[in-house]
Formats: sequence, structure tokens, C-alpha cells
Amino acid sequence: MNDVLLPLMLGLPTLGAIGLGIFRLPARAVGTTIAAATLLIAVVVTARFDYAAGGRPQDVVNVRWLPSVDVRFHLGVDGISLPLVLLTALLVVLCAATIRDRLMMSVVLLLEVGMLGTFVALDLVLFFVFFEVVLIPMYVLIAVWGGPQRRPAATKFILFTLLGSGLMLVGFLVIYAATGTFDMTALARAHGDGIAASTQLLAGTLLLVGFGVKSPMWPLHTWLPDAHTEAPTVGSVLLAGVLLKMGTYGFIRIVVPDLPSGAHDLAPALGCLAVAGILWACLACLALARGPHADLKRLIAFSSVGHMGFVLLGIATLTSAGLQGALIGNIAHGVITGLLFFLVGGVKDRFHTSDVTELGGGLLAKLPALGGLLLVASIASLGLPGLAGFWGEMLALLGAYSPASGLSRPLFVTLTGLAAAGTVLTAVYFLAMLRRVDFGVVTDRWRSERIADAAAVDLVAWSPLVVLAVGIGVWPGLVLRVSESAVRGLLG
Amino acid sequence: MSLTQSIDYAAISPPLIAVVTAVVVLLADLFVPVRLRRTLMPLALAGTLGALGATAWLATASTRSTFCLAGGGCSYVADDFATYFQIVVLGALVVVLLLSVPLFDERERVPSGEFLALLLASVSGMLVVAAGRDLLTLLIGLEVVSLPAFVLVGLRRGDPRGAEAALKFFVFSVVSTALTVYGIALIYGTTGSIELHHIARALAARHEHAGAMSATAAAGVVLVLVGFAFKVAAVPFHFWAPDTYQGAPVPVAAFLSVASKAAGFAGLIVLLVVGFKPYADVWGPAVGVLAAVSMTVGNLVALRQRHIVRLLAWSTVAHAGYLLVPLAVASKDLPDGVRATLAYLGIYAAMNLGAFGCVVLARRLHPRLAIEDLRGLVARAPALAVAFAFFLTALAGLPPGVAGLFAKVVVLRAAVHGDVTWLAVVAAINTVIGLAYYLRVAALMFAPSEAPDTQPMSERQSTPVAVGVAIVTVVTVILSVYPQPLLHLATTSIV
Repeated sequence: MNDVLLPLMLGLPTLGAIGLGIFRLPARAVGTTIAAATLLIAVVVTARFDYAAGGRPQDVVNVRWLPSVDVRFHLGVDGISLPLVLLTALLVVLCAATIRDRLMMSVVLLLEVGMLGTFVALDLVLFFVFFEVVLIPMYVLIAVWGGPQRRPAATKFILFTLLGSGLMLVGFLVIYAATGTFDMTALARAHGDGIAASTQLLAGTLLLVGFGVKSPMWPLHTWLPDAHTEAPTVGSVLLAGVLLKMGTYGFIRIVVPDLPSGAHDLAPALGCLAVAGILWACLACLALARGPHADLKRLIAFSSVGHMGFVLLGIATLTSAGLQGALIGNIAHGVITGLLFFLVGGVKDRFHTSDVTELGGGLLAKLPALGGLLLVASIASLGLPGLAGFWGEMLALLGAYSPASGLSRPLFVTLTGLAAAGTVLTAVYFLAMLRRVDFGVVTDRWRSERIADAAAVDLVAWSPLVVLAVGIGVWPGLVLRVSESAVRGLLG
Repeated sequence: MSLTQSIDYAAISPPLIAVVTAVVVLLADLFVPVRLRRTLMPLALAGTLGALGATAWLATASTRSTFCLAGGGCSYVADDFATYFQIVVLGALVVVLLLSVPLFDERERVPSGEFLALLLASVSGMLVVAAGRDLLTLLIGLEVVSLPAFVLVGLRRGDPRGAEAALKFFVFSVVSTALTVYGIALIYGTTGSIELHHIARALAARHEHAGAMSATAAAGVVLVLVGFAFKVAAVPFHFWAPDTYQGAPVPVAAFLSVASKAAGFAGLIVLLVVGFKPYADVWGPAVGVLAAVSMTVGNLVALRQRHIVRLLAWSTVAHAGYLLVPLAVASKDLPDGVRATLAYLGIYAAMNLGAFGCVVLARRLHPRLAIEDLRGLVARAPALAVAFAFFLTALAGLPPGVAGLFAKVVVLRAAVHGDVTWLAVVAAINTVIGLAYYLRVAALMFAPSEAPDTQPMSERQSTPVAVGVAIVTVVTVILSVYPQPLLHLATTSIV
């Protein structure tokens, strides 16, 4: 009955983190092997996955843990979590391959435990525990290996996130008080039965703030640009690639199915905040891309706020199309922004700056491979059809154009229009950034300097992300087919 | 009617063993030669373990009562509730004894015989409070807790800070006792009884009869509550705590913050739940406000502390607030609230003792104990830094200190369950403030030291202290992975 795969998937990185933390093992070899083995387990889980029953948790582990407080050790994957599990395991392998420091490797593996655990937990308290496991490692990653302003950035990150998760816990407990269970599968099955509308609204509001901080939702996003700018490359990649998804995953996994009437009441507010985030991010990026001192990492961080805005808008529509868009948007953003942060990290390693003005221009001429990949990734990020970024935005807009019955159509059509304007602005600032960094002639400062282009090792490391960005773009069914039946189950 | 009362010595064996050990230690101190003074601590430890064994036996056996009145009602009841507190207190004493060993060396000039005897005497009072079921037993128990504690705080010879701390503690404590006594007098005056079950019945009967609460009894309830709020250092009755903790030897501060607070909570819970149950409408909101204010003020002031013991002192004020939260549910599902407070107290005892134990170890390296001194501790004492950071995250309620997180979950769960969601939200926001200062200290220990550190480990660490810290570390790690046994133990009912 109980399957060993998921505990193994969580146990392996845990052991790795402890082992690397205590013993002087060769960091890169051991860490990458463990991360790869974890990915292998995730692949086995995928291979065994029954797509016809994607709405049902599979590889389930469900054992008594703390009967005194009704908490069970309950794990499982379904069509919603499976793509995120794979993405997480993949990104950690790619990150691990670049890490030399033993303690940093240990911290990243610990981070992996929290991230994977959040996606496979099926008990609210267990979910909360894994959600919190992520905080300290990410704090350490930023505070120890970050940029010059790392301390305030790390502190801001952890305080914001903890505020969110504290309120989230109260939200969970409100749900528990009303239903008497922490079991996420039972709650999703009940579909809000037995929870009064006012209670749903209360719990939903608490969770909106909790998950909103993590997602991040405007105006709770202010920790994100600082954290991204100061974090080391590995931290930025995992922060954008996985951590932000934990927030939107929480919305989809808990708020939408468990509190349907609360979600319905909050949907207009969520939609408005999402679109505000999209436009806010676009304007901030535009100012950065055209301003005198633009940090590439900061620009990409702000663009994340916009992209996650589309994901939140998709959720706010409460339609099958919107939720599908949110899920594929999650994956696409993880792949593309992960790649962008790797590339910017590569630029920073070579030029020792990520300031647009200092870089000058002509990256494509100076370093064709790196510049070319930056071009591809940016275009994917701005949502060009045929690449992964397109589908999430398209489906979110489609969902918003005809939102779930009972939601105000005029409001959501207005939001569709505003968000569509956001896609145009996104294209504008990405192209402005590319024009200043990628195109043009190499400035005098860098012309005479010999700078190595991306090495074969780097290209191998980044290629899975490029392949996925193109693959999902050409064949979105790769993700959509997995989540299809699960999404139908969510909306009941 | 027989005039001699039969006493069940088995029921009162834990406090009895503690008192006997205290006397033996004191006498031994007089008669053993100076070079054998070091054997006093093992003697006290053996007595404590004996009492712990007796308590464990009582915990497995059925409830025993003694000092019973002819009309029903007993003054001393060794039920699950009592044994739970006794185990927490005695467990804490084992650790505190181990932490105290460095106090007895030449430099600290703390007389070991007196110290150990006073510690055991104070503990005997706590053991009585946990099992006391009438107002006078509780009051006498509390005084037995406090009187030796005043001396313990100021026992370091020729230390003006210690004397000041002891005086402050004394004055505050006496005032709180006076208030409690006055409250007890008012309650006795209205109900005509000091036995808690009688009081509950009398209050309920009056309530039904008159259709309203007696203002005199309500004032008595509030006054007794204020007296206990002093004992557990809840805001606004907390002013003694930071100065007393800072001035006292660190193990004594640990003892006060864990064992003394536990005794205060034991008495408070018994009074509220058994005696004053009909007046839940009076004390419920009052406890809620005390909890909210304690958490918020404790955490906010802790943010600005520069001395590690003061920081921990303010943090214990905040934790008194968390401990009060589940009691604020008052009449709605009170047993659940009591369970939550008990569970939190058990976990809090382990993690707070751990933090204070780490301070004792750190004191060898940095006698001033300024927080800034801890910078780069990881380079000088890696194991200590990791353990300290672990306990701080546990107090903050974050992984890897998952024990603290469970504690918070249990407390918030009771609050939400009992319809005091507003208090749960206040507590949740307070965890963020708490994190800010715990994390600042933890991060500092792992930050690179700015000045090149010329001062190596000045001397060998004391082995007993290390053993004590190791014990609480193991306990906290176990509670982080599988707290079920503790949560199960806390599932008691008060008879």
C-alpha cells in the first residue's frame, strides 16, 4: 500500500545534506550524484504515472505520525504536482553541477527536500513543515554567498516569507477547525462542503496573503527584486524556478479546491492584484531597461513578478483554461527564468558586472554562444508563440476573457485587456534590454579583453532548459496532458 | 472521626525525596571535607533521578490522592496533570544541575552545598504546586518555590549585580504574593472554602441563584490571576524578569525561566480550570489580552537587546504569552486548550534549557555575553554554534528546529478551535517578530569574524555542561522528528 519512492526521493537529499554538512566529502561529485539520483527517482515516478488517473494521488504514502493532533505523514503525486517535481529535481541537478563549496551543496540539497516535500505533501501540516524547511537554507544561501547588499536582502526575504507562512498556518487551522481534518485529499473531495461561506472567506484571505507573499503577488512582492539581485546564481535560479511556484501551487492545490466559495469571493481581488502586478512589473522593467543603471538580475527579477502575475490571473479566472494556463505558466517560467538567471550568472562570471550600461553592448558579437542563448531565452520569456512562455499567457488571457460563471465578466474582460497590454510592454522592455546588451558593437572597454565564451560544459548544462523551452512551446501537451484530468477534479 | 490523618507517602514521594535530598546535601556540606565537596552535585543528581523515577512510577499508576477532607476533596492529587508537570520540572532540574557545575569553581565563588540544597528545596515547592488542589497548598507551594529562588539569584558572593537582581525579584514576588493572598481571601469570603472543587460548585451555585456573578469573587479571581501573571512573567507584570535573569548565574536564570515558569503555569491552570471554571467569562478575555500583550511586548523589546541573557529573558516573556494563548479559549473546549499549553510547555522547556545551556558554554569564551561577541562563533566552537543556532530556530518555530514549529501549531490550533482566531493571528504575526531577533543572533554566529581572532578556546569546556546540553539537544531533535510521545503525555485531564 505504502510506496517507497517518494520517501526515498525526500530521504536521499536529506542524507546528502547531512553527510555533506558533517563530513569532508568531495562536494561536487557527491552532491551532483545525489541530485541526479533524486532526479532519477522523479523520472521513475513519472514513468510509472498513470495519466488516465492524473487527478488521483499516486505513489501514496499515508502513515500515522502525530495522532494527538490528527497529523499524518501523507505523500503523493498527481497531475498537478508531477511537472513541478520534475522541474525541481532537474533544476537542482543543473545547479549542483556548478557548486564547488561543500556547505553550499549541503544547503542546496536541504532546499531540495523542502521544495519537493511541498509539492508531494498531502497533509496541511506536513505541507506547512516542508514550506518552512525552505526558508533557512534560502536565507543562508543569500546571506552567505550573496552580493554586497546580501544581509538586508536575506533578512527581508525571510521576514516577508515568514509573515506569509504564519498567516497561512492560521488559515490552515481555520480550515481544520471547520472540517476536523488536515487531509488535503479529503478536503479536496469535500469541495468546501461543511465550511460556511464566511469561514471560507476568512481562511481564503489568510491564505491569499500567505501564498501571495511567496508567489509574489503585488503589493507583497517587494522582497523579491532585492533577494534575486543579491542571491548567488544558484539561489536566483532556485528562487525563480521553484520557490515562487510554491505560492501559486498552494493557491491551486489548497485554495481553489478546498475553499470554492472563498476562492470565488476573492477571485476579483486576486485578478486585480495580478494585473496590477503585471503592469507594475512591466513599468519597473521598462524604467530599468531604459535607465542609466540597470542590473540584469534585477530586471529579470521584476519580470518574474509580471510572469507570476499571469499565473495568478489564470488562477483567478477559476476556469479550466485559466488553471491549465497557470500550471503551464509555472513550468515555463521555471524553465525560462531559470535559464535566464544561469545566463546572467555566466555573464557576471565573465565580465564581473551585470550592469547593462557597464556591459555596453555587442554581447552577441563578442560571445556568440552566450549572447545567442540570452537572445533565445529573452524571446521565450516575452512570450513568442512557439516557445514555452506563450502558452501560459495565452491560456490565462483566454480564461480571463470568459471567467467562471458568477464572476463579473466586464471586470475580467477589462483585466484581459490590461494584461494583454502587459504582454506588449513585456516585449518592449525585453527588446530594449537585448538592444543594449546583445546587439550593437562591443565597447572599447571589453574589445581588447579576452573573454571565454560559454564552454561545452555550460552548454551541456543549459541544454535541457533550452530543449524544454522549445519543446513545451511546440508541444504544450507535454504538460497540459498530465494536468488535464487533475484540473477538472479541482473545479469539481 | 479520627483526628489523625492518614497520609499516602507514595503519592507525595517526589517532593518528599527532593526535600530529603536537600537536607542530606546541606548536612553533607557541613561534614564532608572540602576536597570531597565535588561529590555533592552527584548526590543531588541522584536524588533528582530518584524523584524522577518515583514520578514516572506514579505517572503509570492510577491517580493517588492524599490529605483528603472528610467531606470529599483532596489537597494533594498525583494525577496525570500533576505528574506531567513534575516530570518537566525534574527533567529541567537534571539539566540545570549539570549546567551548574562550573559555578562551584574558585572564580565564581558559589557555595555548592547551599546552592544545591536551595535548588532542591525550590523544586520541592514546584512539585507540590503541580499536585496541589486547594488554595492554601498552592500558595504555600509557590512560596516554597520563591523563597529559595531569591537566595539562588543573589548567591554569587560579592556580586552587586546579583544582589540587585535578587532584591528586585524579591520585591516583585512579595507584591504578587500579597495580591494573591488578598484574592484568595476574597474568594474564601464569598465561597467559604479553599478547596477548588468546592469553590467551583459554590461559584456556580451563586451564579445560578443570583443570576449574576459576585463582584467580590470576580475581583478575587482577577487578583489571583495577577499574582500568577507575576510568577510566569507575563506583561505587564514582567519587569523583574530581564534584570533578575541577567543578574543571576546563568543556570539559575535557566531554572527560573523553565522550572519556575512551569510551576506558575501548573498553579494557574489548576485554579482557572478547576476552581474558577464558572467565571470563565471573566478570566477568558483577561488571559487573552495578557497573552497578546506579553507576546508583542516581549518580542518587540527583545529586538533591541544587546546582551544575550536579556534577549532570552525577553523571549521567555514572549513565550509566556504563547503559553497563555490556548487558555484564552476559556469555556469553549478548555481541555483542548490545556493540552496545548502543556504540550507547548514541554517543548519550550527543552528548547529554552538548550539555549541557556549554550549560553553557559559560550560564557567560557565570552564572559561579557554581549550578542556582538558571538560573531564568528562557528570558527571557534563549531558544535556549539550549530547547537545554539538549532535552539534559536526552535524557539523561533522554524525548521530545522521543527519541535518549536509543532509547539506553535499546537497552540494556534487550540486558539482557532476555541474561536479566538484574532489571538491566533496576533501570535502568527509575533512569530515573525520573534524570528527577526533569533535569526539575527544565529546569523551572527555564522558570520565571518571581523577582527582576526587571537583568542583561542581559553580553557577546556566543562564536561557536565556539555553533557547537559547534549541531553537537551537529543531531546529536542527527537521532539522535532516525532513529538507524538510528548503530545500523548500532555493529553491529560485534571481531576
